[in-house]
Amino acid sequence: MSTRLSTFGRLIDRSVQVKFTFNGTWMRGHPGDTLASALLANDQMLVGRSFKYHRPRGIVASGAEEPNALVNLGKGPTFEPNQRATTTELYDGMTATSQNHWPSLDFDIGAINTHLSRVLPAGFYYKMFMYPRAFWKHVYEPFIRQSAGLGQAPKDRDADTYEHFYAFTDVLVIGGGIAGLQAAKSAAETGARVLLIEQTAHWGGRAMVDAQDAETVNGAPVDKYVDEITAQLSQMPNVTLRTRCMGAGIYDHGYVLAYERLRDHAPETPGPRHRLWRVRAGRVITATGAIERPLSFAGNDLPGVMLASALRDYVVNYGVSAGDRTVIATNNDDAYLTAILLKKAGLEVPRILDARPQGGGALMAEAQALGLRVDTGRAIAKVKGGRRVSKVQICAQAGEGGVLDEVACDAVAMSGGWSPVVHLWSHCGGKLLWDEGHAMFRPDVDNPPRSHDGAGFVACAGMANGAMTLDAVLHDAHDAGQAAAEATGHSPKRSKAPAATSCTAAPLAPVWLMPQGAKQELRAKTWLDFQNDVKVTDVQLAAQEGFESVEHTKRYTTLGMATDQGKLSNINGLAILSDALGQPIPATGTTTFRPPYTPISMGAIGGEARGDVFQPIRRTPMHDWHAANGAQSEPVGHWRRPYAYVRQGEDAHDAVMREVTNTRTHLGILDASTLGKLIVKGSDAGRFLDMLYTNVMSSLKPGRCRYGLMCSENGFLSDDGVVARIDEDTWLCHTTSGGADRIHGVMEEWLQTEWWDWKVYVANVTEQYAQIAVVGPNARKVLEKLGGMDVSAGTLSFMGWADGTIGGFDCRVYRISFSGELSYEIAVRASEGQAFWDALMAAGQAFGVMPYGTEALHIMRAEKGFIMIGDETDGTVIPQDLGLDWAISKKKEDYLGKRAQQRSHMIDPNRWKLVGLETIDGSVLPDGAYAVAPGMNANGQRNMIGRVTSTYHSPTLNKGIAMGLVHNGPGRRGEILEFPGTDGTNYKARIVSPVFYDPEGEKQNV
Amino acid sequence: MSKVISVLNQARFHGIADVTELGVQGMISLRGDLSSARLKTAARTATGATVPEPHRVTISDQGGLCWMAPDELLVLVPYAEVSTRLTKLQDALAKDHALAVDVSDARAVFQLGGPHAREVLAKLSPVDLSARAFTPGMLRRTRLAQVAAAFWMTQDEAFRIVCFRSVAQYVFDLLSIAAQDGSEVDAL
Repeated sequence: MSTRLSTFGRLIDRSVQVKFTFNGTWMRGHPGDTLASALLANDQMLVGRSFKYHRPRGIVASGAEEPNALVNLGKGPTFEPNQRATTTELYDGMTATSQNHWPSLDFDIGAINTHLSRVLPAGFYYKMFMYPRAFWKHVYEPFIRQSAGLGQAPKDRDADTYEHFYAFTDVLVIGGGIAGLQAAKSAAETGARVLLIEQTAHWGGRAMVDAQDAETVNGAPVDKYVDEITAQLSQMPNVTLRTRCMGAGIYDHGYVLAYERLRDHAPETPGPRHRLWRVRAGRVITATGAIERPLSFAGNDLPGVMLASALRDYVVNYGVSAGDRTVIATNNDDAYLTAILLKKAGLEVPRILDARPQGGGALMAEAQALGLRVDTGRAIAKVKGGRRVSKVQICAQAGEGGVLDEVACDAVAMSGGWSPVVHLWSHCGGKLLWDEGHAMFRPDVDNPPRSHDGAGFVACAGMANGAMTLDAVLHDAHDAGQAAAEATGHSPKRSKAPAATSCTAAPLAPVWLMPQGAKQELRAKTWLDFQNDVKVTDVQLAAQEGFESVEHTKRYTTLGMATDQGKLSNINGLAILSDALGQPIPATGTTTFRPPYTPISMGAIGGEARGDVFQPIRRTPMHDWHAANGAQSEPVGHWRRPYAYVRQGEDAHDAVMREVTNTRTHLGILDASTLGKLIVKGSDAGRFLDMLYTNVMSSLKPGRCRYGLMCSENGFLSDDGVVARIDEDTWLCHTTSGGADRIHGVMEEWLQTEWWDWKVYVANVTEQYAQIAVVGPNARKVLEKLGGMDVSAGTLSFMGWADGTIGGFDCRVYRISFSGELSYEIAVRASEGQAFWDALMAAGQAFGVMPYGTEALHIMRAEKGFIMIGDETDGTVIPQDLGLDWAISKKKEDYLGKRAQQRSHMIDPNRWKLVGLETIDGSVLPDGAYAVAPGMNANGQRNMIGRVTSTYHSPTLNKGIAMGLVHNGPGRRGEILEFPGTDGTNYKARIVSPVFYDPEGEKQNV
Repeated sequence: MSKVISVLNQARFHGIADVTELGVQGMISLRGDLSSARLKTAARTATGATVPEPHRVTISDQGGLCWMAPDELLVLVPYAEVSTRLTKLQDALAKDHALAVDVSDARAVFQLGGPHAREVLAKLSPVDLSARAFTPGMLRRTRLAQVAAAFWMTQDEAFRIVCFRSVAQYVFDLLSIAAQDGSEVDAL
C-alpha cells in the first residue's frame, strides 16, 4: 500500500493537518502536499479511468507530465475539470472527484472495452463509423459523445477574476531549477534585468531530490547552494522572481506568455486567481529540465507502476511511499537512486532489473553494497494485477518474454532515460538533434528560434540543453546567462561557473520495448499513451497500414493527443514507429510542439475582459437617461443606441409605431450624438474632400450643408453623411455612427501615404458634442420657446447651419432632415448634453414631445426612400445601383472609386437596382427575402432576380413597405414579384418608387 | 456653468491604487509644424509650458503641453478658459497650416495614484512601466485593454490618463478591476 512515512517530506508541514475530499470521502494531508501526494498518503492509488478502455489508472508521475491523475476540482462557480493532481497544491477543504468513470471509479461499466480491445484497434472509429452514413449523426456520434470525454464542462459562471500583466525584461529565464537559478544569477550580475519564473511553488528543481551526497557546488551541498543563490537573487534589484508561474509559450520576437497561478493554492484569499504575463524579453533562456521516460513493457499502465524519479519525489518531498515492495526496472543508472532511497527509508526493493547486460556504474555498486539484488540483462515480461500491481514476471531483455521468475510487489519504478523538455525551445522554430549517447532529442544550438535580426533569441540551459551532470549543468547555465546578458547590451565580467563535483554514470542502453522481442500478446498490453490508451501494437498497425509520417500516425492512433500532449509517450511512440518503418529515430522526427506547455485556464486568456468590461460599450451623454426611460437598446458599432422607448403596456413594436406617428404629427427628439463628426481643415481641404466624396464639396458655401457619398477605391459605397462648410478652409463631415473611426482612418491613411504634401488636417470631434435631432411639425416651435437664435425658414433655410444659443446653451444648429419632417440637428458641448436634452423635454411638453429610437428613425427614412449604409449596401453595392447618380459628379476628373465604377461589370445594365416594394396584402416582407423568377439555375435552385434590403410596417401609410435591389428594377415599375419566405408563405409585392412619403419634400422645407 | 457635468461626476475607486475621474479639463487638440517658432510661441502663450520632446509632457501652473504625434500636441488649459485661449491660438496661427480644436468634452481624464499605480496600469497597457523605463514627464499614446488612451506621469509618481468620453465608464471599470484588493504584482 502507499502511505505516509515518518521520515523525509521536506516540503510538508507535519504539524498541521488539512482535510479534503476525494469522491466524497474525507482524507487528510499536510500543507505542502500536492493532491497527488496526499492521495498516495491515503492509499488512494487508483485515481481515474483511461479514455478509451476505461482501464484503472494510477498516479504515474509527480509533475506537469502526469497523464493519468486528472480530477474535477471545486463545485458550482469554482468547478474546474481536468486538473492534474500532481500540480495541484492541497488546501483545507479541497473537493476533488475522479473523471471518466460510470457509475463509479471502482466499478466502471466502460471497462468492458478493455476486453474488446482486440476489436478496437487504432483507427477503429475511422473504419467502423463510415457506414451507413445516416448512422453517424443519429447513432454513432451521440454514443461516442456520451462515452468520450474526460471532465465535465462547468455549468456555473466562473466566480473568480483574472488579469494580464505586461512585463519587459532583458533576460527571461524559464525554470527555477539549479540551471535556471544559475543562468539568472550569471545574467543578473551584469546588471541586466532578469525575470526568473518557476512553475512549481519551490526553487531548486530535481537537484533538491537527486543530488548525491558526494555532489557539491563550491564545496557546499547542492541544496545549500540552491538556498544561497535564491537568497542572492531575491536581494538583487534587477531581478524579479516568480514561483507558481509557468512559461506557457514562446512566440515571435521574444514574446512569451507565462501563466501565474496566484490563488489556486489559497482560494479564500482575495484577488485574481490567475495572471497571464505577456512578456517581451530580449533573450529567453529555457531551463526546463528533463522528463523521465516510461519503459514499454506489458502491464506498464497498472496502478502502482510509476516513474522512478516520481517515487523519489514522493519520498523526499512529501514523505510518501508508493508501495512497500518496489521492483525497479531500468536501462540507466538513475533508477538506482530510487532503489537506494527506498532502502534507506526502510522499504523493500526485492529486485532491480537492469536491462543492460553489464549493468550500471557506481550507483549499482552502492545498491549492491546495501544488499539489494540486481539482475542485469533482465526485463519485465509482464506486470500482473487488477486495480493495483501484485507481481512482476521477469524475463531476459534479449528474448521474447519467456518468464524466468516472478516477484510479488505493490509498486514498480521504471526509468527509460530522460528527455530534455524542448517544448518551449521548439514553439518558435528551434530545431532538435538526436543524441545517440543519451538516446534523446536535444536542442540544436545552431538552429535556434530566430528574431527579426536573424539572431537566435532562445537558448536552453542545463538538462533542457542535454547537459546531464551537475558540473555540465552549471557551466551550461552560467554560459547561457552571460551570453543572454551580453546579447542585450550588458558586459559580463570574466567570471567562472561555480565549481561542482559530479558523480558520473554508466552509459544508458536504449530500450524501446521490453523485452526487446516481445511477442504480440505482450505488445498488445504494452502502453505508450496511458491516457488515450495507445499501445505498441496500435503504432505498429498504423505503420503497417501506411501511416509513415509521425504526424499522421499521431492522428490515426491518438498517440500524444491527450491532455498531457505526449510528454511521456512521444519519444517511446516514435521509437516504436521508427522500428516498424525500419528507419533511425531522427529520420522519423517528432511531432510539432505547440503552446501552451500545459493547459492554461480560459479565464487567464480572457483576463479582465468579462462581465461589464467584456467589450467596451460606448455611451453618449444621455445614455443613462435612455436606460432610465424604458429604452431597449441595440448595438451600433460599440455604441448602444435606444431602439425604442417602451412604455408600460406596450411592446417594442407598439412603441416604434407610436414614436413614428408622434414625430410625424407632433415632435420627436433623437439622440444623434453617435454620428461621426470629422473636422477637415487646410488650404487643400476642399480638394481633399472632392477626392473622398463622389460629389463636389469644394463648391459648398460656408453656412451650407450637402449630402455626400464615399466609396472605396473599388467603387463600392462605403459611407454617407452630411458635410457642412464651416469657413473658407474648414469643413465638418458627418459620418455614419459605426463609421466615424473607420472614415477617420481612411482620411489619415490617404493623407499620410498618398497625398502627404497636401495641406490638410483632420480631427475626430465626434464625442465633443451631444447632438440631438429635433424633428416634427412642432420642431421650430420648441426651439423658439427655448429661444436665443433665429431658426426661422428665412434665416436658417433647409440645408443651412448656424451657430448661436438655444435656451442658454451654446450650440450649432444644422437644418437637415433624415425623416422628411421639419428637422434641426443641434450640437451642444457633451458635458451639457443631458441638461440640453432635459430642457428640450421640458419645453417640448406643450408640443407633444416624445423621444424616439433608431427603429423609428429607420422607418421614417425608409418612408422617404433614404438609403442606409449597411442595409442597402453590403460592400458589393455601388451608388449607381441605388439610383444615386445625382450625387455623383460628372465634372470631376477623379474621386475615389471613379475608375472602378467604369469597369465593365460596374456599368453592366443587368446589375440589380434599387426599387420600392409594397406588399399586395399590406403584410411585411421578410428581411433579406429573395425575389424569384420561373425556372431553375444550373445548381437546381430557383432563379433569383432581386432581394429585400430594408422592410418595415409603416404606421404612416399603414402597410408593409420595403426597399430592395431588383434586376432591371426601375424599368419594372408596377410589376408584382414573388418572395418565398422561410415560413412557407409566398409573399407578393409590387415594384413602386422607393419614395413612399412626401415625394415633393414639402414637409421638411417649411 | 452648473449644467456642466464631467462624464462620471468625479467617481472614485480605492484599491491597491486610487482611481479618480478628475472632472472637466480644458483640452485643445493642436496640429501643425511643432518645430515652427510661431507655433512654439503660441503654445507657450496659451499654456505657460514649452513644447515637449517626443513622448513627453511639460506642465506649468496654467496648463500643459502633451506630445501626441510628430505634428500633434494636446494643449491643457483650465476648462473655463478654453474658448478664449483657443481663439488666441487660432489667431496666432491664422497664417500657418495648423488646426486647433476644442476636445475638452470629447475626453475623460483620470488620476491613478498610490504605490501600486505603475503595475495597475501595466495590467492594461503594453508599455514598460518599470521605474527604470518610465519616469515623471513621460507620456505614451497607447491603449488600455481594448480602447485608445494616453497617459503621462506627474511628478508625484501618479498617472494622468486621458481616454475618449464615450468609454469613460469602461476605463473606470477597467482601472478598478486592475486595482482590486489582493492583486499586487510587486514586479515593477
